[in-house]
Amino acid sequence: MVALNKPNSMPETLRITNLHVSVGGKPILKGLNLELRRGEVHALMGPNGSGKSTLGYAIAGHPGYDVTEGKIELIDADGKSHDVLEMDPDQRARHGIFLAFQRPMAVPGVKMADFLRHAATNVRRPNRKEGEELIPMREFRQELRSKMEQLKMDPEFARRYVNEGFSGGEMKRAEILQLAMLQPKFAILDETDSGLDADAVRLASQSIAEIGGANMGILIITHHEQLLEHNLPLKTHVMLAGRIVETGGPELAAELHKKGYERIRQAYPEAAEEEKAMTAKEAAGIA
Amino acid sequence: MSTEVLDQSVPGEINKYDFHTQSKAVFKARKGIDPEIVRQISDIKSEPDWMLQFRLKSLEIFNSKPTPRWGGNISLDFQDIYYYLKPTNEQGKTWDEVPEEIKKTFDRLGIPEAEKKYLSGVKAQFESEVIYGSLKEDLAKQGVIFTDTDSAVREYPDLVRQYFATIIPPADNKFAALNSAVWSGGSFIYVPKGVKIEFPLQAYFRINAESMGQFERTLIIVDEGAQVHYVEGCTAPMYTTESLHSAVVEIVVKKHARCRYTTIQNWANNIYNLVTKRALAYEGALMEWIDGNLGSRLTMKYPSVYMMEPGARGEILSIAFASHGQHQDAGAKLVHCAPDTSGRIISKSISKNGGRASYRGLVKVERGAKRARSNVVCDALILDAKSRSDTYPYIEVDEQNVQLGHEASVSRISEEQLFYLQSRGLSEAEASTMIVSGFIEPLVKELPMEYAVEMNRLIELQMEGSVG
Repeated sequence: MVALNKPNSMPETLRITNLHVSVGGKPILKGLNLELRRGEVHALMGPNGSGKSTLGYAIAGHPGYDVTEGKIELIDADGKSHDVLEMDPDQRARHGIFLAFQRPMAVPGVKMADFLRHAATNVRRPNRKEGEELIPMREFRQELRSKMEQLKMDPEFARRYVNEGFSGGEMKRAEILQLAMLQPKFAILDETDSGLDADAVRLASQSIAEIGGANMGILIITHHEQLLEHNLPLKTHVMLAGRIVETGGPELAAELHKKGYERIRQAYPEAAEEEKAMTAKEAAGIA
Repeated sequence: MSTEVLDQSVPGEINKYDFHTQSKAVFKARKGIDPEIVRQISDIKSEPDWMLQFRLKSLEIFNSKPTPRWGGNISLDFQDIYYYLKPTNEQGKTWDEVPEEIKKTFDRLGIPEAEKKYLSGVKAQFESEVIYGSLKEDLAKQGVIFTDTDSAVREYPDLVRQYFATIIPPADNKFAALNSAVWSGGSFIYVPKGVKIEFPLQAYFRINAESMGQFERTLIIVDEGAQVHYVEGCTAPMYTTESLHSAVVEIVVKKHARCRYTTIQNWANNIYNLVTKRALAYEGALMEWIDGNLGSRLTMKYPSVYMMEPGARGEILSIAFASHGQHQDAGAKLVHCAPDTSGRIISKSISKNGGRASYRGLVKVERGAKRARSNVVCDALILDAKSRSDTYPYIEVDEQNVQLGHEASVSRISEEQLFYLQSRGLSEAEASTMIVSGFIEPLVKELPMEYAVEMNRLIELQMEGSVG
């Protein structure tokens, strides 16, 4: 284990304060607070439409997600704060933020290896200017090959076009490979288990634990507890109608996986009402 | 002699790859075109009478044909152009005299050393002998002829006369007629029966004064069972002092022979690039055109394959990139003249910053060309709202039993793709460039490796400054 904490210093922290986010003018997140430190694993659960993916996109800086209120900060070990909302998506990545997409985009004609070499170079040399040298090819290939071996991926994968024609499972594994290559400080994994069979989920869970080690702050968005098998969450947060309504330990994740969200809705009737109203509006919007 | 960097840049465009070398001409015909000029050109080249007569006849045809009104907007004063310029033979310019700026551009393009010197006007005879000398000897031993077309007229008159202007007669179109009247330079290649040349033959292998010009004329004959891949020009900036480039390229691919002709050209923004390229493919032969067009004010170019005998195949891959003030009217023609012939056209165009890219293509099946098969795929990528893309697919079929396919798509870079790449640390500009490179990758991977690298670097250069 790497001793990350020097005496008298805090681990680096991703701090989200009173976050409000709208999509197409519609409020989705309504005052969300969360603090994730490097080395911690948190689980984020909640029924569909509660705003989990929105949180991921907002942290990563998707231009379609308007932050109308609140703060997202990166806090250095010495307590210095960086305003994440001021950063473009690529700057966020260079500051160590990573989002594993629930539905990654295909980029036809761009090979995984070329894409990853660019990405890894930029993330490792945050001040690199466009057109400057990339990580040397040999070095990069070796690293990529060993990471792919570790993830039990076919080397052929590196030559395929980014997410093009990938099965659901392949896409998720490609996201994990990116996580491994980019070694972010903070990773949000948005349903990285969806579309995977039981064995693949177990492998993913193991891989994430190996990649993350004690250095990464990981926020795992999931409906299940299998992905958490090797990534025991220090905290489990439950979202309802755009807020975190309850935070517990790993046992909370297990409970929700088994019993669903009825207890949560009963315990937080106001949020449950809002959820109903949002769902109704959405249905009306579609009709 | 001096070399200067041209600044004829469009505001907001990076034109660091537009430059040219000025060379002292030994002889420069006066401006304009008439029989006297044509006689002068022929005289200077000490041509046989048949070529002079051919030129004069072509001039008549040129004068009789109106300027085409389809395709792009051509506004040229034909009397305000120099048609012939005999380059100087004197040596003396050295690599050290080439300005840093140009050397840097070459480095960024990753152009091989020998080609760099050639392009920058350094007479690279010494290097060319060292590097390509043994290769030329090898080719000669196999009976391959690889020379400039002027020399070929003198040295191989029978061979030249047998094929010259038989594939593209002067009457084909106004610019073919013009080229026929004033042509100079270009490559002549003859590959004897059964000879397979394994490496790409490149224009800069034969380095001499008249290798490149405004009105070059290329003739390639691939005899039965032979094989050649010719690479024309290069991706480095092409600059001519005149505003018109009008070449003619004629190719004959005989029974069971194969020919691939690759062009990647990047013209300065003032150039009209009006080129006629045509190949005849005989029984079981394969003709492939790979044609990349960047820059120029207007390019009109439609490489074609006439499949003359059963089993002939034609493939045309075309890439066009149009930016500010540029119109690429590029495409391809496949003509099925015999049964069991098959063809394929893949066209990819990119337009940005107000550029216009058009695909114009023809698939024609003559009566009796039973079981002809052709497939056309054209994809356009438009990078911003100012830019434009058009598709003009023409199909003429005089036979029942055929199989034709046409697919066309127009796309824009999606916000979701950009965000995905940016979320991995790529700047918006890098992400756009990567998406564009991916878009043309199916064609770029067909290029010889060093050209693929150059093509990608060119796209990077073209994309610079296009975002934010």
